[in-house]
Amino acid sequence: MAVVALKDNYIGEVADRVENFHGNQVVYFNWEKHLMFCAATAFPLPPDMPFGAVLEQILPTYYGMHPDFAKIDWSKVTWTVDGKAFTPDPAKSLKDHGVRHKSLIRFTTPGLDGIDGTCS
Amino acid sequence: MAKKLGLKQKYQMMTRGLGWDTTYQSMDKVYPFDKFEGIKVHDWDAWEDPFRLTMDSYWKLQAEKERKLYAVIDSFAQNNGHLGISDPRYLNAVKLFIQGVSPLEYMAHRHFAHVARNIRGIGPAVAAQMQSLDELRHAQTQIHTISHYNKFFDGIHEWRHMHDRVWYLSVPKSFFDDAVTAGPFEFLTAISFSFEYLLTNLLFVPFMSGAAYNGDLATVTFGFSAQSDESRHMTLGLEVIKFLLEQDEANVPIIQRWLDKWFWRGYRLLTLVAMMMDYLLPKKIMSWQEAWEMYYEEAGGALFQDLARYGIKEPMSAAVARKEKNRLSSEAWAIFYQYTHAAAFHTWDIDEEHKAWLAEKYPETFDKLYRPRLDFWEKEAAAGRRFYNNALPQLCTVCQIPMGFTEPDDPTTICFRESEYKGEHYHFCSDGCKGIFDNEPEKYVQSWLPVHQIFQGNCGGASVEDVLKWYRMNLGADNLDFSGSPEDKFWSEWHRTASRAEAAE
Repeated sequence: MAVVALKDNYIGEVADRVENFHGNQVVYFNWEKHLMFCAATAFPLPPDMPFGAVLEQILPTYYGMHPDFAKIDWSKVTWTVDGKAFTPDPAKSLKDHGVRHKSLIRFTTPGLDGIDGTCS
Repeated sequence: MAKKLGLKQKYQMMTRGLGWDTTYQSMDKVYPFDKFEGIKVHDWDAWEDPFRLTMDSYWKLQAEKERKLYAVIDSFAQNNGHLGISDPRYLNAVKLFIQGVSPLEYMAHRHFAHVARNIRGIGPAVAAQMQSLDELRHAQTQIHTISHYNKFFDGIHEWRHMHDRVWYLSVPKSFFDDAVTAGPFEFLTAISFSFEYLLTNLLFVPFMSGAAYNGDLATVTFGFSAQSDESRHMTLGLEVIKFLLEQDEANVPIIQRWLDKWFWRGYRLLTLVAMMMDYLLPKKIMSWQEAWEMYYEEAGGALFQDLARYGIKEPMSAAVARKEKNRLSSEAWAIFYQYTHAAAFHTWDIDEEHKAWLAEKYPETFDKLYRPRLDFWEKEAAAGRRFYNNALPQLCTVCQIPMGFTEPDDPTTICFRESEYKGEHYHFCSDGCKGIFDNEPEKYVQSWLPVHQIFQGNCGGASVEDVLKWYRMNLGADNLDFSGSPEDKFWSEWHRTASRAEAAE
């Protein structure tokens, strides 16, 4: 049953369908083992945006204040989008990497486990 | 007929005697809402009224309480009672209360009136009607009490407007909207049983004891004034559940599903209380973990043993709540500390004495996981780089809290859960919230998630400042760190004045 309702076959309006975001899609990022950032972050991004913009603009702007950020060896970072591993290609678009509306991108930085290694 | 009725007769005539079966129209047409949920009631007369309170004595009792309360509120205002609180940071708990809880009291007033009209049993209908009036009184007395603080403190001036818009207030708002858009029996299970009976001690005791410990006589007094009402509400909750379980076996699985859902929804809402207890109160009452153990694990455990004879089991997610109890408040504080530039209350760096208290109360987690983070933030703030997170957080589709909760068995990894429904992707903070969505996806696809609404352009503009203005926040006063806030400055000035006045006497 999709919902217990007074009306038969009650259908709800999908509040967050992609058409409502003016050409963008919502993408979430999470830096694993860095809970100083309390939750994954959310951004409205064009699907054709190159992945390079994530690496050069978004992540440094919003995660750069963490003391681990400058120490990241980007060649060793592992990535998943919606649970599937991928290797980013800066020239290719988000869409080319399988990023869709409300996808979650998680990245892990081996050897870096937050402030004093406490995963913060 | 005798001029004066005996108690029993009076009860009979003033409650049960007020109901009748309709004849011009069918009962089903007059009561269109009390069957679609699948709940079967065979004999409304089997309802046992635990209070036997009649409307006329109800009015007398409440009027007496009002007179006492307003005498205290007046004297509090005349004597500048706000100067007697322990520390101005205490007021942030009060701000959270008026913004998050008082609007729910008013919603409860409205919806108990609806339930009173729409269930056909006169016994519970009269009880729901009285509760509706109680809730209106609670909303009103809270507004009147807290309005005194509004003359001197920030963040209290637009609580009703903010309740419908601000990101963290969508947590209590969506909780109650979920309840009032359910049928009458789910509403009673949600609010009267899960919230009032099972969890209310975790809301009211911390707020009212917190007020008492921190010198807030005004809040303590409205708490006392509401207390006898609350015990009536709790009893109504338990009676409703037992009545429905006894009426028909087919009701058992329906009630079980509602208990699972509303236990979890109520518990998630109490995250704000956990943070208040462990971080916001300058003088602490007890830790969240201690409160959870006392008011839920002990009292709730006994309750579910009692309900086992009907075939009811403790909600599955109670095990997760147990695992989270030594980290919930710290995870919540992390959220509000870094987003306090967008909140209508303050947060601050935690001093050493407070850290020592947290370490003592949370020996397994605090030093290992949270102290280093707090130390780092403090250092950053001292260097002029107070940490604010300028990206918006991912929210849970059901509870709407930023997804800052960790895996039940791993406090170093965020708990991500998701569902796919009609080609759309939905995210949740927990198995509890995911289960609620999966049971009724058509309801939660409609969630008004503040972060997504900002991205859609529905919240006043694209910049943080546009959004905060749309929230009607006074920027630089309502929001940001306590340190350096107008309240911080005014408080020290006031105190100099007060002490000079004392010296002159």
